[in-house]
Amino acid sequence: MTLETFSTWEGTVDDLKGLVTERAISGETMLLNMGPQHPSTHGVLRLILELEGEEIVNCIPDVGFLHTGIEKNMEYKTYEKSIVMTDRMDYLNPMGNNLVYCLAMEKLFELDVPMRAQIARVILAELTRLNSHLVWLGIHGLDLGVTSMMTYCFREREVLLDIFEMVSGQRMMSTYFRPGGLWRDLPEEFEDAVRFVLKTFPAKIDDYEKIMTHNAIFLDRTQGIGFITAEDAIAYGLSGPTLRASGVNWDIRKAQPYSSYERFEFDVPVGQHGDVYDRYLLRVEEMRQSLRIIEQGLNMLEPGPFRSNNRKYVPPPRSELGRSMEAVIHHFKLWTEGFRPPKGEVYVATESPRGELGCFLASDGGPNPLRVHFRTPSFANLSAANKLSQGYMIADLVAIIGSIDIVLGDVDR
Amino acid sequence: MSDLKVVPDPKKILIEQFGDKIQIQEFRGELTVVVDADDLLAVAQYCRDFPELDYNYLSDITAVDYYPQEPRFSVNIQLYSLRKGRRLRLRVMWSDGDHDLPSMTALWPSANWFEREVYDMFGIPFNGHPDLRRIMMPEDWDGHPLRKDYPLGYETVQFSFNYDEINQHKPYAKK
Repeated sequence: MTLETFSTWEGTVDDLKGLVTERAISGETMLLNMGPQHPSTHGVLRLILELEGEEIVNCIPDVGFLHTGIEKNMEYKTYEKSIVMTDRMDYLNPMGNNLVYCLAMEKLFELDVPMRAQIARVILAELTRLNSHLVWLGIHGLDLGVTSMMTYCFREREVLLDIFEMVSGQRMMSTYFRPGGLWRDLPEEFEDAVRFVLKTFPAKIDDYEKIMTHNAIFLDRTQGIGFITAEDAIAYGLSGPTLRASGVNWDIRKAQPYSSYERFEFDVPVGQHGDVYDRYLLRVEEMRQSLRIIEQGLNMLEPGPFRSNNRKYVPPPRSELGRSMEAVIHHFKLWTEGFRPPKGEVYVATESPRGELGCFLASDGGPNPLRVHFRTPSFANLSAANKLSQGYMIADLVAIIGSIDIVLGDVDR
Repeated sequence: MSDLKVVPDPKKILIEQFGDKIQIQEFRGELTVVVDADDLLAVAQYCRDFPELDYNYLSDITAVDYYPQEPRFSVNIQLYSLRKGRRLRLRVMWSDGDHDLPSMTALWPSANWFEREVYDMFGIPFNGHPDLRRIMMPEDWDGHPLRKDYPLGYETVQFSFNYDEINQHKPYAKK
């Protein structure tokens, strides 16, 4: 297809002119549209490819199909009401999104979080990481022809989703973390359910590795594909396993610990080759490390308060309402007007399964935030798609897009 | 002199180098350097290249709309030093009608999409950006959604088939 026929379909010739080479305009190379409905684009991602034969000359991602204006909506709600929106950004990492927003609020308000809540947050964040990596592994396998991975991974994921349902009442959109702690205390059955995960998962991960790690077809399709050097990875803003596969040892859980991660012992796997295969190995190893963290967390978990006692930000428990007039006033003020934090801006970064998930929160002293911005890892990682895929075959693109583990809800917000 | 290695303070280094061209703000332990648009590129380059600062990773660029205050927008650039494990925020103020802000893409290619998002959502242009197009909203969208004078909702969705009909009574953001 030449650029002229392409333009009748989409009408963005002028925009494409700076992005593709001159040869595309003369018709020497081919322009191909991939997506937004293509299954291996993990949602609604559209890629405009410039191809020479089967080789990718340029890959131009077109995002925004899932843009729902979450940041705009949050400016019109009180701080606490908009936690539900954070679940819906990166739908594979709902607890992690709750966590970064709550941490930003707590930093702005200077709100204390009881230790039990911090440990519970770490356990649940790591379970969410496990959940996210499982979905990634299943889909990545499906993309590359190991179709049975999908069924195995989703089977195991159900166990995790049941735990999320147990604590929050919701399988996916949990909204369980609140400023100052948790929505309610962990249920009694929680520990047994998580111990069951700890007992069964190592063998399951070994099974996945048996299917994937030494599979000749999988090796052929992933080794040496989507290579990026450490310098380029840093310059292009990659983070998470995608950056660590290039040999950069940077995990925010270690570098700038939050929510009591400094109390946990775990290793950060770092790759050497910076290709799709190393990213796969890292994520599998991260699943094992997550299990280590969860086990330590369960051992540290002690009974105690699960939410801060600061009544200016945290509503009083239901039982107090019948006895204390002050509790009724606080309850009424918090649920009608919300709270009024001090003026200022904070930026908090956490390590999501995909990389640096940051929250920039600006307050003007009113009950609604002045601005909430999420620095999402998928957005930054996807912006390097052109750099990652230039010079590879069109079939490799599926592996490359899979290996940077994007979630389109996280890209578009 | 003691043998203890003195950890250099980024605040001091920046004040020594740039003097009264920059303003330093600290809030909740986060360092913010407010710069004029003319000095932004020089300060950013110094932050990246001076070995004691070494802010080699650009985390994020975003803007805040302080409508109806003037200057109306602040653009916040979050930097991180992978070797020193420190964060720094560069802030530059901007209003409609000012000169375009210098683009960070020459220093950090990762600024590309972040600046496109700021341009799309706030209408803040960046000079020297290789590909400044809308990123989230459709190419032919009117207005910039994250501006405070852009309405949140209660509008009929505009498609190509009913564009003119809705255009007649659409409350556009005041430019």
